[in-house]
Formats: sequence, structure tokens, C-alpha cells
Amino acid sequence: MSLLTYILGLPFLGALLVLMIPGNFKFIIRSVAQLVTAIPVLLAVWMFYNFNSAPGVEFKYDQMVSWIPSLGISYHVGVDGINLGLVLMATVVAFAAVCVSNEIKVREKEYYFLLLIMIGGIFGAFCCLDVFFLYFFHELALIPTFIMIGVWGRGMNRNYATFQITIYLTIGALIALFGLIAVYLQIPVGSRTFDLMGMTNYFRAHPIALNSQHFIFPLLLFGFGILVSLWPFHTWAPLGYGSAPTATAMLHAGVLKKFGLYMLLRIALPFLPDAAQSWLDIIAVLCLGNIVYCGFVAMRQKDLNLLIGNSSVAHMGFVFLGFASLSLIGVTGALIVMVAHGFLAALTFALSGYIYKQTDTLDMKEMGGLLRKLPFIGCAMIMAMMAGCGLPGFANFAGESLVLFGAYSNFPVMTAIAIWGALVIGAIYMLRGVRNVLHGPLSEKWNGVVDASSAWRRVPYILLIGFLLVFGFCPSLLTEKIKPSAQAVLNMAQRPVQPLLKKAPKHLPIRVK
Amino acid sequence: MNASLMILEIIVGIAALGLLLVDLWMPVSQKKFLGYAAAAVLGIVLIYSFYAPQFSGLFNGQTQLFAFGNMYVLDPLALYFKRFFLVAAIIVLFMAVEFADRIDTGISEFYALILFALLGMMYAASANDFVMVFVSLELITVTFYVLTSYQRAKQASLEAGIKYLILGALSSAVLVFGIALVFGVSGTTSFPRILAQNQTLIGSPIFLLGSLMVLCGIAFKIAAFPFQSWAPDVYQGSPGPVTAFLAVGSKAAGFVLLLRILFGSLPDVVTHWPHVLIIISGISILYGNLCAIPQRNLKRLLGYSSISNAGYILLGVAALSREGDVAVLYYLLGYLFTVLGAFAVINRITRGQENEDISLLAGLYQRSPLLALCLTLSMASLVGVPSVAGFMGKFLLVMAAIQKGAGDPAYYILVFITIAGVGISAYYYFGVVRAIYFSKNATDLSPIPISLPTRMIIYVCMAGMIYLGLFPQAFISLASNAVKVLHG
Repeated sequence: MSLLTYILGLPFLGALLVLMIPGNFKFIIRSVAQLVTAIPVLLAVWMFYNFNSAPGVEFKYDQMVSWIPSLGISYHVGVDGINLGLVLMATVVAFAAVCVSNEIKVREKEYYFLLLIMIGGIFGAFCCLDVFFLYFFHELALIPTFIMIGVWGRGMNRNYATFQITIYLTIGALIALFGLIAVYLQIPVGSRTFDLMGMTNYFRAHPIALNSQHFIFPLLLFGFGILVSLWPFHTWAPLGYGSAPTATAMLHAGVLKKFGLYMLLRIALPFLPDAAQSWLDIIAVLCLGNIVYCGFVAMRQKDLNLLIGNSSVAHMGFVFLGFASLSLIGVTGALIVMVAHGFLAALTFALSGYIYKQTDTLDMKEMGGLLRKLPFIGCAMIMAMMAGCGLPGFANFAGESLVLFGAYSNFPVMTAIAIWGALVIGAIYMLRGVRNVLHGPLSEKWNGVVDASSAWRRVPYILLIGFLLVFGFCPSLLTEKIKPSAQAVLNMAQRPVQPLLKKAPKHLPIRVK
Repeated sequence: MNASLMILEIIVGIAALGLLLVDLWMPVSQKKFLGYAAAAVLGIVLIYSFYAPQFSGLFNGQTQLFAFGNMYVLDPLALYFKRFFLVAAIIVLFMAVEFADRIDTGISEFYALILFALLGMMYAASANDFVMVFVSLELITVTFYVLTSYQRAKQASLEAGIKYLILGALSSAVLVFGIALVFGVSGTTSFPRILAQNQTLIGSPIFLLGSLMVLCGIAFKIAAFPFQSWAPDVYQGSPGPVTAFLAVGSKAAGFVLLLRILFGSLPDVVTHWPHVLIIISGISILYGNLCAIPQRNLKRLLGYSSISNAGYILLGVAALSREGDVAVLYYLLGYLFTVLGAFAVINRITRGQENEDISLLAGLYQRSPLLALCLTLSMASLVGVPSVAGFMGKFLLVMAAIQKGAGDPAYYILVFITIAGVGISAYYYFGVVRAIYFSKNATDLSPIPISLPTRMIIYVCMAGMIYLGLFPQAFISLASNAVKVLHG
């Protein structure tokens, strides 16, 4: 059994256990949930530490069990440089999400059951190497997301937000499924497989015909784009996150949302290189929509969660810009942004969740001066906001700067606008958020607000900031592991564009007299 | 003549007649237990179908066995559906016993009619001749006229019966007219002989008209657009077990006939009008899903959902490929457990209630976690949540359609419609789930006692849904083997 099977099996096991424990043993339920998410963190750290990207084997820790042989579907897990960091990030965020779930006081048993199913689905969505299972686990993680927003969510718009996010993401996922099946059907009968390695090997030797590529790529781009809140399909995200319970927002914004990007990198870029190259310019424009437009929207927000939600949408733009650069530096940077933003989004939503629990509002006009009451949470908030506008020392800086370096040669103008969007717009809304929430005079009504005092309550925040700093100061921990795998993807994605004439008969019957 | 091939039907027919006779000697208080006897007989028939010496030819590799001058065919497809109907009927009989106290008189006739409907379905699975098609369909439809209006004291039940009678008679008329036209042009009602003449007949407009009318008659059975209007009313008014049997058995019988007719007799009709099935499928999906949104009555909601499901399954038929037919068979099997599970729960919670309003579900989670879980799984399966049967079924159906899309872009449009339909359906199915778990206005929170038979039905249906969702390989091979006969 692979280590990854344990990582992704534990949450499901925990969910089963939670189901069997009577609902009034709340402490035991919490402990089970905490335990089955703590062990994967240790396993993932150990795996990350021992991972060596030596050439030879493409995927480490892999395990393959045939599931539906007639369709070429198998349970296959494994990691390479691309998903290694994501798996580590997912386990840490999952652990932190369970830590901050003590805010939930009603129907705890159901809550932890759904949370663990969601976590298991998330782990599966990043550990698996079988396209069918990737999709399967992603859907499995989405369903609890919807239910949790509907039940434990907050705010007046909760029902509206639930239905909006459900319909957006269901349709996005189905469009992507359409594209995935279309890719699968490009392989001739008999050797059809959903296995990522099998598909890669086949498409490396037999590129997909141009017309099919141009048909499939938009399906994948927009299907997964909806899942990642690519502008202009992002409207579900801020409202959905604003209404979601803290842990759900952390897990979805931090981890699950990265699934779409991950799949674009794993499937759309390497398997459909010609179509991808013709869409690069459009992706570059759309990602500016994320960075600049959503940045402006974030500036106007009065609600802290909507600000964070919009800024999280804005950050997705950098990943798309990194993909659009189609260069090793850019793609590596994009992957670091994915990992870093996972920690960051989880951190900011955890903090805003804490503040909401204390103040019962996230309206920034009402708040102010909270730093005096919340020295620890406030400091963490300032660090998170700084990381969000790209302060060196945090992992986000490393990722975003690599993306910008990578993108400059192909898209100098776009890069310049993106820098402006990141540094100026990002700084304005982040710093304004800090000022409105933490600085200024303290209103009397917040006298009852208390800080996270016990060490245990501080663990999730410290853990998330710790990882941001570690990868910020030593990005080489990630880059060295990512590079060979990213290079392998790019080798397929950067293939010279198939000349149209290649389809014509090679020896035209021209008689020379 | 090789009547021994019909051994399964013969046993079922004798059991149905025997039931009517035994009724005469049975004390009134014991009559409702006759349902268990009937279910036991069906269980034996089901097991026997795997070992019957009469079918040894099939088990030894022969593909098709014929009886009655090729009117009756026995092949893996027929056996697959016969077993399907038997499983459905056994579960429905258990439901009917539980339902017996809500039926004033004639409970043994109620069981007997279920068996007669089953008999019709089993013959439909083996139809190889238009006369056979008509006879088996009439056997199904006529018994359902009686069954739908069985709660004579209830106005809704009578209304359902009348509506089903009028529309059913109309569709039978259309069907028989179509058969007459096909017969008039080809001079035969036998599928293989019509198939042989297909190339020459296709030029005749009368033949095309006749084929189209036959398809219309079948479309009524599966509740596909434009013959769907009966479904919501009849589903709502009929007694619970009858609705369940109508949803599963009658629909599946329609589909097996559709497959037999399309591939065994009139393949060129579809090539002549390539988009007719695609259009019917797409409109059924949209109509069923859009109309289901405002529904508050659970059975009516499932009625509209059954229209949209007919659309999904037609997607597989429209693909006209082996993969599509495998998907149809697989989806129907998942649909059986899903719908029967849902109806088992609905029958239980509507006991002693005036209506089937969705508000009855309020607090169900506290009242009976088992019922809540079963209905949740059913809804999840109908949406297509991974790890339950419906997901795998929809996945196979969509895959079959996309596979054909390379040749005909209309399939891609159909896939997009399916995507929209699934998105819409998520809204109202989750509405049911929300009512179960999160409804604030629950008035009655007393626990619901569940009798052993209901409990068994629920366990079987949940096991079926989860097994089909997690381990599809065995049943995909089974379905794949069954449809071999349709694709040479």
C-alpha cells in the first residue's frame, strides 16, 4: 500500500467512525476528526522530506489497483513534483480546518462527517493519477461543500449563495467532464485508458488531431475555469466564501479550487498543445480580468469576507498568467502560487472566521482598533494581508515574482499591468482592510472580544504562517522538486505547432517532365 | 414450437392465477400475507432463471433461442430484463404487503395484477414480432389501468386511473395503427423479416409513418416527450407500490421494446431521421427538469423526474452504439434501486397522511435516520453524485453520446442539454435533502417505527445503489454481454 492510500483513506475511515459514534459524544467526534487529519500531515511532511526527484520513475509512492478494466479505469495514486506540494498543502489546510471547527455548535456529528468526506475527496483529487478518479473525488468533495454552506453557513444570502455555487460548480464540472471524456475517446478502442501515465505515453507518441484539440480545449479551459473562478465566471466565489462556514471556505478556497488549475496543467496543456498555444493570448487577457478587475472590486468591499473572497479570486489570475507564459519559470511560479495561496487563503478565512465569531459581524465600518483586543489574531491578520500583497519573505512573493519573470518575455504589457494590479491595487485593499479592522479607535462594543489565548487555539494559524514563511525563505524546497516534472509537462506543451500541411499526403503526385 | 423456453413466464402466469384461486379459501385477516407467497415464487423463478435446463443452449454459447415461429426470442438481453423485472416485482410485492392496510378490498387481486403486469413485461423482453409487442404492452397497460385506480375511495387515484386509461388507450391506438401500416407495406409482422426488407421499404412514406407511430406508442410507455403528460398526474394519484412499479418496470419494458424494435426491426428509420431520438431526448430532459422545480408533492416530483430520466436513458439509445446500449442497461439497473428505495421511504412516511407534500419530510432525520439516509442516497443517485449508482450510469450515457459526437455535432448539443439538465436537477433534488435535514418547521418529531419488510427493502435498495456506484465492473460486463445480440 502506498503512503498516499493511507493519506486519502484516513479521512474516509474517520468519517465512518464519526457516523458510528453517538451524536452526544462531541469531544470524541472532534478528537477522531483531529486525529485522522493530523496523521496525514505527518505522513505528507515525511513524504515531502524524503521525496527525491531523481529521474527514472515518473511518479513516486504509486499504487495501482484495477477497478473497471473494460473502461481502463483504475485506482492509481502517486506523486511527482507537480502534486507533491499540493498534497502537503492540502493535508495542512485540512488539519487547520478541523482545528478551527470548534466554532460549530449545532449538529456537530453531521458537520464532522461531511467535513471528513470533503477532506477525503480533496486528498483524492490531488493524489490520484487516474482521470476518472480525479473527477470522482472532486465531485465527492463538492457535495459536502454545498450542504455545509447551506446548513452551517452564515448571513442573509446563505440560500442564494448555496444555490449559486451549486449550479455554477456543477455545470463547470460537467463541462470539464465532457472535455475529459472527449480526450479519453481520442485513444483508439482497445488501448483506451483513464490512467494519466497511459494517456501521457499515448499522446506523446500520437498527438491529437488539430480540429479535435480546438474543440476540446475550450471545454476544459472554461469547465475548469468556472471551478477556479476564472474571470468572468468568478461571481460565485466571493459570495459563496462569504457565506460558507470557516472550515469550508478554507478548504474550498485554499485547496479544492486549485483542482481546476491542476487539471489544466496535467491534461489541457500537455495533451492539447496546439490548441493551448492558440488560446494563450486569450488566457493572458482573462487573467488580467482576475488580477485587475477583481482587485478593483475587492477595493470597494465593505465586508471583510467579501474582500478576502475577491482577493482570492484575484490571486488566481497569477496562476493563469504563469500557465500562459508556457515557460519553465512561469509554470514553476504558478505552482508555487497555488501552494502558497492555499496556505494564505486558508489563513485569511480562518482569521476572518475567528473575528466573526468574536464580533458577530464582518462589516468593516463597524470594526476598528481590534488589534488592541486581539494582539495575536491581529498580528497574524497583518502578516496574512502582507503576504497577500506580495511581501518578500512569504511564499506568495516567490511564486508571483517567478510568474512575472516567466511571463515577461511573451506578454510584456500584460505583465506590467499584472505587476501594477498586484502591487498597487493589492496593497490598497489589503492595507485598507488592515486599517479598517485593526487600527483606529476601538469601539466600546468590542470590549468583550477575546484573543486566541491558549496555545492549542493558536496552532492552526501558526502552522499556516509557518509554512508560508518556510516556503517564502526557501522556495528551493519547492522549485527543485517541481522543476523536472514541470519540464516534462512543458516538453509536451511546447511542442512545435503541428503544421496544417502535415495532414496532406506527403508525396504529391507532381510529375516533372 | 418450443414452449419450454417460456418456462419462467409460465410459472409466473400460473402463480398469478393460483393467487386468485387461493384467495377464495384464505381468511380475510391472512390475505395480505399472500404477497409474501407471491414474492417467494418470484424469488424461486429468479434463481431458476440461472439454472433452467431449457436455457442450456444460451449458457453454452448459443446467442438466440426462438419459440412460436420466431415470435418469441430468448437471448441474454431478454434474460437480463426478465431478471430485472423479477427483482423489481419482488421488491414491489413487499411494498404492496406493507401497503395492504390502505387498500380497502381485493388485496389478493392487487398482488395478482402485479404478477400479470410482470408477465407482460417478461413477454415484452422477448418480443420478436409486432403482434408480440402489442400483446405484451396491452397486458402491461391494461393491468396498470386497474392498478392505478385501485384506491377506489380516493379521488386522486380514480383520476389517475382515468387519465392513464384515456391516454394509454390513445397511445395503444397509435401503436396498433403504426403496426398495421408497417404490416400493410411489408406483409409481415416478424422483426427479422421486416429487417431484411428494410432497404426497399425505406422509400415508402407509409412505412416511415408506421414506424414513427410505433415509436410514439413506445414513447408513451417510457414517458418521453411528447407523450409525457400523463406521468405526473398518474404518479401522484396511484397507490405507492403501483407508482414504483410503473416508474421502474413499465419504463424498462418500454426501453427493451425500443431497443428490440430499433435494432431488430427498423434500424433504417433512425438513419432516415437521424435526429428524432436526439430531439425527443433533449426535450424530455429539459421538460422534466424544468417542470420539477416548483413541485411540492413528492410523487409528482418523481413523476417529472421520471420524464427527465427517460430523456437521459434515451441519450444512450440515441447513440445507436453498443456503448450506448450498455449504458442504458446499466442506468436502468441503478434506476431500479434508486426509485424503489425512494418509494419505499415515501410509502412509509405518507402512512396516515392526507397528501405527499414535501413538508412531511421535515425532521425526518430525527424521526428515522434510516429513512432519511435512504432517501438522501436516492436523491444523490438521481443527481449523479459519485459513489452512488446514478453517477456511473450518467457517466456511461454521456460517454456514449460524446463518442458519437465526432460524427454528428447534434450529440454535442445533447450533451450540453444534459449538463444543463443535471445542473437544474441538483436544485430540486437537494431541495428534498434540505427538507429532510434542515427544515426548521418540523411539528411532529415522534420516531417512525419501521417494519422488518420495509427495512429489508431499504437495505436492499441502498446496497444496490452503493454497490453499483462503487463496483460497476461486474454489471457493465453483464450488460455488455446482454446487448451483444443487438449489434451483431
